[in-house]
Amino acid sequence: MTTFLQRLYLGLVGLFLSLPLIVVAGVSVNEKQTLAFPPQGFSLSWYGEIFTNPEWRNALLASITLAAVSAALALAIALPLSWFLWRRHAPWANIFQLLGIAPFTLPPVITALGMLTFWATTGFYGQPWTAAISHAIFFVTLPLVTLSLGFSSIDRSLVEAAATMGADDRRIFRTVVLPLILPYLVSGYAFAFVLSLNEYIVAYMTVGFTMETLPIKIFNALRYGYTPTMASVTILFVAIATLIFGLVARFGDLPKLLGAMANTDKH
Amino acid sequence: MRREAPQRLADYGPLLFPAGMLIVFFVIPFATMIAVSFFQRDPAGFYSTAFVFDNYARFLSLFFGKVLGFSLFLAVTVAICCVVIAVPFTYLLSRARRRTQVLWLVALLSVLSLSEVIIGFAWSTLFSRTAGITNLLVAIGLMSEPVALNPSFGAVLTAMVYQALPYTVLVLYPALVRLDPTLTEAARTLGASPVKSFFTVVVPALRNTIVATLIMVFIFALGSYLLPQILGRPQHWTLSVLITDQAIYQSNMPFASAMAVFLVLVTLGLVALTLIAGRKGEAA
Repeated sequence: MTTFLQRLYLGLVGLFLSLPLIVVAGVSVNEKQTLAFPPQGFSLSWYGEIFTNPEWRNALLASITLAAVSAALALAIALPLSWFLWRRHAPWANIFQLLGIAPFTLPPVITALGMLTFWATTGFYGQPWTAAISHAIFFVTLPLVTLSLGFSSIDRSLVEAAATMGADDRRIFRTVVLPLILPYLVSGYAFAFVLSLNEYIVAYMTVGFTMETLPIKIFNALRYGYTPTMASVTILFVAIATLIFGLVARFGDLPKLLGAMANTDKH
Repeated sequence: MRREAPQRLADYGPLLFPAGMLIVFFVIPFATMIAVSFFQRDPAGFYSTAFVFDNYARFLSLFFGKVLGFSLFLAVTVAICCVVIAVPFTYLLSRARRRTQVLWLVALLSVLSLSEVIIGFAWSTLFSRTAGITNLLVAIGLMSEPVALNPSFGAVLTAMVYQALPYTVLVLYPALVRLDPTLTEAARTLGASPVKSFFTVVVPALRNTIVATLIMVFIFALGSYLLPQILGRPQHWTLSVLITDQAIYQSNMPFASAMAVFLVLVTLGLVALTLIAGRKGEAA
């Protein structure tokens, strides 16, 4: 009886989380351009529309480029920082870790407005690359957190052995440290990529008037009413996120990444 | 390997790029924003340099008070709803098999990463007259005809709980996984029902975690910006919406900045409270 109640509770939360997506998935296969559920007819043409309609295709390309570039930049900031903090004893340098985590902790509108004032003051407002830098700063938290977890799980005696045998810092990093933290590097990139893909307000405040990312495109379309492409794009995005996090879970230790250190002995 | 203090200048090398990026693109923008909050609005451009408190004085208006009050009320309600749903859920999740846990975590992360725009669109569909949930109620005979459920406060609240719930679960997850299972086993051996042992053992043991989570979800909900716009009426707009509105549509950067600085102060105060709650948790 109690197991039944427990399953029921988990099931209800699952239903709550999936219900809107089920309805959107249903709506996305409507044959005509109507917002109807259960769907009338069946057609996958609204999925084709994402790639054939130049407006949606461009938005998708802009979003993917932005996410790929900004996640790479976030990694380029996070990796040397975490390496330094792990390798050296310099407590004051923790301030940079704090600075990296701050934008993600504060309400996003604050980072967005800070970026808007900054780009407007420096005269670069509206340039596409400003969005990449803004997203990199906004999401640098994610690779920072996964990487500091990765570094803390490295056995320091390994590095000591390499150093005793005459390897310098650069060589230690390349041959010992990098292979060990690679899973954390990849998952940090994956988290930053998916979140950048979905981010609205920072992108809107920095390049909203010159470039349309997919979330901006959906919102603009939403203001003029309904098109079924919104539904198919939504499902596409859910699929991308599930695929990426599924891969992270497949090749990494997701419970550990999410902080469940004591969980390793349970199978 | 011992961690040595940096000795040569070259040892600071790795720090150069990250520190530079964070200072130029976070500290300076942030400082600019604070500076602009004391500037004067310039109808011709963005702003003109000055040092005035006018932007902060505007907080004293009734309109601003209402928006602030509503934002705080909404965020508190979302935080309470999320924690009430998430604590038992995360507890059950942390006791499930590892494979089940991983599947749930992938699903939770996928929902968490969804754009606010997408969540807003999905719920506006679910609350719509033609494709919404009321059609289902009509089909099983509970209602006579489908109705639109948005814009309304309930719609905003539901969507915001939807948005914040995966976050709440992921914040609670580490603490609940580490919770000593012998605690509940002891309670069960002594004859407490699972529900009773949950409320008398698990919840009190997690009191500080729960308080910290409430505050974190509150901050998360405070940042919600699109859902009140898509699913609510203008009286349901939050401080985040007002800040964007002033910055983009009214071109009043100084006032927007002043509100943002105020929001930062509120958030930092709450983060400090979270840390205090966390520290008490460690001491206990």
